[in-house]
Amino acid sequence: MSSTTTVTPTKMWNGGKSPFNVEYGKLMMWYFLMSDAFTFGAFLISYGTIRFSSNGWPDPNEVFKSFPFAPEGMNAPLVFVSVMTFILIISSVTMVLAVHAGHNMDKKGVVKYMIMTIIGGAMFLGCQAWEWNHLYHEGAWWGSNPFLNHDGTASSTNFTNYFFTITGFHGFHVFSGVIINIIMLIMALTNKFEERGHYLMIEKAGLYWHFVDLVWVFVFTCFYLI
Amino acid sequence: MEHSHTEQHEGGGTKEIWKVTIILTVLTIVELVLGFWMMDMPLQSGLRLAVKGAIVILMMVKAFYIVAYFMHLKHEIKNLIMTIVVPLALFIWFIIAFLYDGNSFKNLRNTYDPHYKEQSTIKVEKKKEHKSGEHHSEEHAKPSEEKH
Repeated sequence: MSSTTTVTPTKMWNGGKSPFNVEYGKLMMWYFLMSDAFTFGAFLISYGTIRFSSNGWPDPNEVFKSFPFAPEGMNAPLVFVSVMTFILIISSVTMVLAVHAGHNMDKKGVVKYMIMTIIGGAMFLGCQAWEWNHLYHEGAWWGSNPFLNHDGTASSTNFTNYFFTITGFHGFHVFSGVIINIIMLIMALTNKFEERGHYLMIEKAGLYWHFVDLVWVFVFTCFYLI
Repeated sequence: MEHSHTEQHEGGGTKEIWKVTIILTVLTIVELVLGFWMMDMPLQSGLRLAVKGAIVILMMVKAFYIVAYFMHLKHEIKNLIMTIVVPLALFIWFIIAFLYDGNSFKNLRNTYDPHYKEQSTIKVEKKKEHKSGEHHSEEHAKPSEEKH
């Protein structure tokens, strides 16, 4: 007994020190993201349950086969969505670089990488707007599904309902992420962080932005790949 | 614990960022290659299922790299990592229970609702206006039943 007490003198939970060793706002951002993860998880598991309970399901390679400015009837499955995925991954990378620049109190770097991140987010939103518009003009919307099942049988509206709800919810997260990033950029430009002496707000915005990328990894896999 | 205290906000240099970027890019390309390869496989084949499983594993690996390195969780102290990761373990149960439930519902319906099963085997013509496809098949199916 005596030996263990001497080996662990830290007394993590006895007060006087931060047990998580992060600032309050960052911890709360983690908690928020955890609750958001459960929301998205509930959506995706509900989608999976309905898909498992259906005898047929549309072929994603048949549904998502078009590309902007491509000739009518072109067959390019997975191409457009891979472009969207790479846009989001790259914007996530520029976000980490912005956080990194913030650690070094490098205002110029923060501004540069935040602008790149915002452009990436806006490009992703543009791609999604094009895809939604394209699907809408093919007759797909909530409550209406023009696509057939993989085996040529009639498909229910579950497919479009889940697709528009989940990608819409994700797209709304991207949209709010872009707004948050724009606010961060303005705060960086007006020297708010320089006055505070730290760029911790960039880290919190970065956590949110990476979470949006993380959710897209799951949405991309569940809707477009498998 | 003391060790992680001293280096809590190190890690995550630009070198690590580029390494993770390359890993994520490569994983995505592998996923896409598997996706293209899967297209020509028969619907119910075991190989198709195996490829889907591989894609899901790659998805989890990508999620790990984003959370651990981009979101910096790997460089936080153990208390925080456990607080975030342990509750998410509920998903293991969620996924198993709900997907099993969905599959069981499908089997029950196919066993006890012959009409539902028959409806889901009727082939519909391609390139129809929305909803009209379902109507046509029902119109064709009903009169033929009445005549026989």
